[in-house]
Amino acid sequence: MNENTTNDPIIICEDVHKWFDDFHVLKGITTTFKKGERAVICGPSGSGKSTFIRTINRLEEHQRGTIIVDGIELSNDLRNINLIRQEVGMVFQQFNLFPHLTNIKNITLGPIQVRKMSKKAAEEAALALLERMDIADQAYKYPSEVSGGQQQRVAIARALAMEPKIMLFDEPTSALDPEMISEVLDVMRELAHSGMTMLVVTHEMGFAREVADRVMFFDEGVVVEEAAPADFFDNPQHDRTKLFISQTLQH
Amino acid sequence: MQQDSANIPFWRDIRILKILFQVLFIIGIILLALFLYTNMLQGLDDQETELSWDFLFSEAGFDIEEGTYSDPSEEENDSDPSDENLKGFWIGIVNTLRESIEFDPSDTNLKAFWIGIVNTLRVSIVGIFCATIIGFLFGIARLSSNWLISRIAAVYVEIFRNTPLLLQILFWYPLILVLPNVRESINFFDSIFINQRGVFLPSAEPAEGFNTWMWYLLSGIILAILVVIGFAVFRYLSRSRELQQTDRPSFVSNLIFSAKWTAAPIILIVPFLAWFLTPDAPLELSRPELQKFNFVGGIDLTPEFTALLIGLTVYTSAFIAEVVRAGIQSVVKGQREAARSVGLKESQVLRLVVIPQAIQVIVPPLTSQYLNLAKNSSLGIFIAFPDLFQIGKIIIGQTGQSVPTFAMIMTCYLIVSLTTSAFMNWYNRRITRFDSSS
Repeated sequence: MNENTTNDPIIICEDVHKWFDDFHVLKGITTTFKKGERAVICGPSGSGKSTFIRTINRLEEHQRGTIIVDGIELSNDLRNINLIRQEVGMVFQQFNLFPHLTNIKNITLGPIQVRKMSKKAAEEAALALLERMDIADQAYKYPSEVSGGQQQRVAIARALAMEPKIMLFDEPTSALDPEMISEVLDVMRELAHSGMTMLVVTHEMGFAREVADRVMFFDEGVVVEEAAPADFFDNPQHDRTKLFISQTLQH
Repeated sequence: MQQDSANIPFWRDIRILKILFQVLFIIGIILLALFLYTNMLQGLDDQETELSWDFLFSEAGFDIEEGTYSDPSEEENDSDPSDENLKGFWIGIVNTLRESIEFDPSDTNLKAFWIGIVNTLRVSIVGIFCATIIGFLFGIARLSSNWLISRIAAVYVEIFRNTPLLLQILFWYPLILVLPNVRESINFFDSIFINQRGVFLPSAEPAEGFNTWMWYLLSGIILAILVVIGFAVFRYLSRSRELQQTDRPSFVSNLIFSAKWTAAPIILIVPFLAWFLTPDAPLELSRPELQKFNFVGGIDLTPEFTALLIGLTVYTSAFIAEVVRAGIQSVVKGQREAARSVGLKESQVLRLVVIPQAIQVIVPPLTSQYLNLAKNSSLGIFIAFPDLFQIGKIIIGQTGQSVPTFAMIMTCYLIVSLTTSAFMNWYNRRITRFDSSS
């Protein structure tokens, strides 16, 4: 446990199930994330790890079980969904920046439209965030005019601008050229040290070992194993985990 | 194997062949044009007509009921005497405009042709406006998650997109003709009347204070333009100091920004302010009033205009709906997800993220639909709507001058289409300054 982790639970999942038509993607996930906790979620593709974090801000609807985020239950109540989305920031594999807006406007869109912040205040906050991401000089360019690593940092700034309590990362470095991965991981590392609650789906095992409080291994819609990184990497219990670790660490 | 370029026979030399084919092509076109020209001269000779433009200035001899202005005070002698007292520069302009669309059988063929142009433009512009709004609504509705709404939109689109436009126009026209007669008009608030003679709408007519009001309005607009330019200059200069060279917005984009923020209040406030400053009311509402045989005053849309307008609007809106749907679907799913994940509501997701990106995909095919609508308005000939084409046909029938008249009709449609196209291309360039590939 890191120095920021508390004992207050912020996300509570109880027996979460999800089907895509006949395909049973999530087969009863029960877990709790504490305030300030950094969890890394890994597993082979198709294991349901991305789907799982996407249920937490209702980009995917779960069909059975309960998810409670910061005391609000994710139900079909539109107001709850909107409230939770304001509390939960998300970073996507494909960045998903809005191409018709400059980088700074990508960041200020949420604060101005949802938080009803003034344009001036939102822009000042956005510039401060870009400064923190070390890309203040890219503020007035369009996303297509900056590199992949810079785009992903703009996307992180966009999520942070809503001042979320939780950040979800869905394979944030998978679409990046190798030389750009570290600049994004640096930013995420800094964010982790600031005490943000983070759920990170990633294949970056070095990052997991260094930053995570807990590593969760998903396979075929269930959590096969979860442990602190040291235990997880050095002393895996299950055969599937052992196989996965040996395959990922080979390169 | 090295080959000396001088040794290539000419029928295998790409450089020579390229030029040769073009020369042959041009010769072919010239021969074709010559053939068509001599054929035309032969045909004119057989009909014993001579090519001349004189017919344009001879008396038309036929009447046009549609789109022409007739002064109610001339027909009804008991009209408001105050109308006669209206004087001043702006009243003069309004009267000149009205005279330009007054028509009498003793006017020239050229004037008749002009009325045709006005009618084509009238039905096209109103049609494009309505078809755009309806098309966007149905295009968005078809993608609605509400099953009923999306089904209704789908049925609308499929019916009107897949039946001939002519059939639709010929369907609407009799529907209007079987409406109640004038005495039993369908009446909305005593202002809008619908009957078998068409649709009668209220209009705003210049009144006592019109002239003064227009002067206030003009000075207001000039002042507003100065404010817009001044603000843009100020912004351009002050931003230049703040930002680096590369981030500095151009003066034109500053001007547009400035106009965007100042133009709307000016358009709304200036006329009202001017209204307060004017001692007499500048405009008065003219409601259609039932006289002996028909309604007088207001705006009168004939059954032909109404049927053609409905036909063009409905038909084109079905195509526009599909264009809009394709545009919206071209925006990748991740864009909506990202917009939702920052907490935007569904309506905001659509308005702020999806539509601005979809519009780039929508505009080029939308332009084609606008052009189609304008050209399809010539189908009005089947319900005797006196548009450019119909009046052209009448002139040809009366004067036999088919070649010059057809040339004029074609030129007019070309001008309308090319202008529309140029405007839409300009708009398209404006909204595609960024690259959407990321």
